[in-house]
Amino acid sequence: MTLDQARSVPSRRALLKGGLLGAAAAAVGASSARAASGESVITEVQDWNRYPGDGVDARPYGKPSQFEADVVRRNVPWLTSDPISSVNFTPLHELDGIITPSGLCFERHHAGIAEIEPGSHRLMINGLVDQPLVFTMADLKRFPRENRVYFLECAANSGMEWRGAQLNGCQFTHGMVHCVMYTGVRLKHLLDEAGVKSSAKWLLAEGADASAMTRSIPLEKALDDCMVAFGMNGEALRPEQGYPLRLVVPGWEGNMWVKWLRRLEIGDQPWEQREETSKYTDLLANGKARRFTWVMDVKSVITNPSPQAPITHGKGPLVLTGLAWSGNGTISRVDVSIDGGRNWKTARIDGPSLPLALHRFYYEFDWDGSELFLQSRAVDEKGFVQPTKDQLRSARGPNSIYHNNGIQTWYVGTNGVIENVEIS
Amino acid sequence: MSRFRKWGLAGSAFVAIASFAIASPNQPAKTEPTERGKPRVGRVATPDEVRAWDIDVRPDGLGLPAGRGTVSAGQAIYDAQCASCHGDFGEAIGRWPVLAGGQGTLEADRPEKTIGSYWPYLSTVYDYVRRAMPFGNARSLSDDDVYALTAYLLYLNDIVDDENFELSKETFTSVKLPNEPNFIDDDRVREPYYADKSPPCMNDCKPGKAAIKMHAAVLDVTPEAGDKGETPKSGIE
Repeated sequence: MTLDQARSVPSRRALLKGGLLGAAAAAVGASSARAASGESVITEVQDWNRYPGDGVDARPYGKPSQFEADVVRRNVPWLTSDPISSVNFTPLHELDGIITPSGLCFERHHAGIAEIEPGSHRLMINGLVDQPLVFTMADLKRFPRENRVYFLECAANSGMEWRGAQLNGCQFTHGMVHCVMYTGVRLKHLLDEAGVKSSAKWLLAEGADASAMTRSIPLEKALDDCMVAFGMNGEALRPEQGYPLRLVVPGWEGNMWVKWLRRLEIGDQPWEQREETSKYTDLLANGKARRFTWVMDVKSVITNPSPQAPITHGKGPLVLTGLAWSGNGTISRVDVSIDGGRNWKTARIDGPSLPLALHRFYYEFDWDGSELFLQSRAVDEKGFVQPTKDQLRSARGPNSIYHNNGIQTWYVGTNGVIENVEIS
Repeated sequence: MSRFRKWGLAGSAFVAIASFAIASPNQPAKTEPTERGKPRVGRVATPDEVRAWDIDVRPDGLGLPAGRGTVSAGQAIYDAQCASCHGDFGEAIGRWPVLAGGQGTLEADRPEKTIGSYWPYLSTVYDYVRRAMPFGNARSLSDDDVYALTAYLLYLNDIVDDENFELSKETFTSVKLPNEPNFIDDDRVREPYYADKSPPCMNDCKPGKAAIKMHAAVLDVTPEAGDKGETPKSGIE
């Protein structure tokens, strides 16, 4: 898709869905046509009902329908100096359930996508171990395997919104998150094979790409639930997600999930690498900065309706849906407000409620056509309640960049158009 | 517990293999099937392999290679290989990272976070430049080049003022960056809204009707809405 086509997408999509301004007129036309003779898609034989389609040899690796061509990752060119060290966004407003399709999982690279031939990939373990080891991919597949569903959220997700409403759509304000099933090996098994020395307290993970991404991780976390994953959603990792091997650090900020993982070093102190000093530290209003802010706090967002998914069907029954997640475990509850936080109703969580995974919630109500201020507020199993953006700013100031889990407000106009706003 | 039995507990397949191994007449009946230095899966890394990949440097200097470089040597390398993105004085071109200046701005409305104003440790400069810079040609600098560049970055940040200043493995850890004391560990759970574990308000939580304070559509910097040339409020690196 060209840039011009991408820019014209919302209007074409709105037309497909019935349009915003023309919706009422079209509805009148359709109903009068129905009264006379019925809808042509029913009364006339359609091409797909008459002619055969592609055979089984036409699509050896299937793609979404051509009519879903707008459901794509998008980037925001002004955010970064270069698309090689940049980010794009998951189209949350077009998705449902809790699993993100692999091809739509947002990407965050610091030196582009490394294309690694798996036969040439190695994982090294060195440092404070009894014996430094080298594993091939074939070696790693001989360790006991596990499948786990986890969310991965960039520490900078919603970071552009610290100073107020800026980007118009949950894809852009909240789309640096995805949730897939990982297949891999517990880090513990690999470290046991090398024999971790008793003085060991920290682990350094390093990527094989040209940014040679490195992060320090406390050994307690590494031995608890971290994995090295070679699979996502039942197949090999995608190249942009670290093929052939990535680190999985459940509940913790996405930067630590080192892609193209090639080395694990054991040590007795953190390494204070660039991505845990210059970046991924959170500046406070008093000039101090938090470091090692690993956990992604309790958070939610209404994905539909939202600015990219306006209400086009008019008054009456409306399905409101969204996502909630917490790096502290499962989501115990999501509340929804339609009046900007004056009153709340508890939404319905549907689908699996897995620890450290996305949760899907629904709230169904009759829209009377009046303006709405939609909000969602998640509560996690540890009792942490998602704060407002004002609460976060009063504690931290506007310059933390990372870890913005504040409550999002969507303004719904009487015409069904929706906007990202901040409210009193 | 032996490493072998830990595996066994993790998966029934391995329990089955263990039973087979113990039953085999050619295998000694023991639960510890490996000796140190003989991994069952994978192999021991050679010292040259570890040296090739393990290039990280810690704040206490662990990992620093032998070598040295001066401010003036660093300037020549910087001008040739770095200035096209980071600017002649570390001030940066466009949105590329600013490397120098910004001291005293961390409490300002628009802080400028640089090596001199923000970074806590010089080791990170050496480590990151050696592993990831120049952008597009990583790992192309020699260890002496990186010492010289690190010395020059200290000079651009007014942390050293002598063009003949030389940084070496031996002198490295004597240099401290000014912002080191200003990093604190994560204390988010003590913020009021997290410390307060009481159930949140459900009804009549705020007086009056909600009023809009800020519109994203007014700023209009979302790509789908078209680029109207407004200056974004903040970006990421």
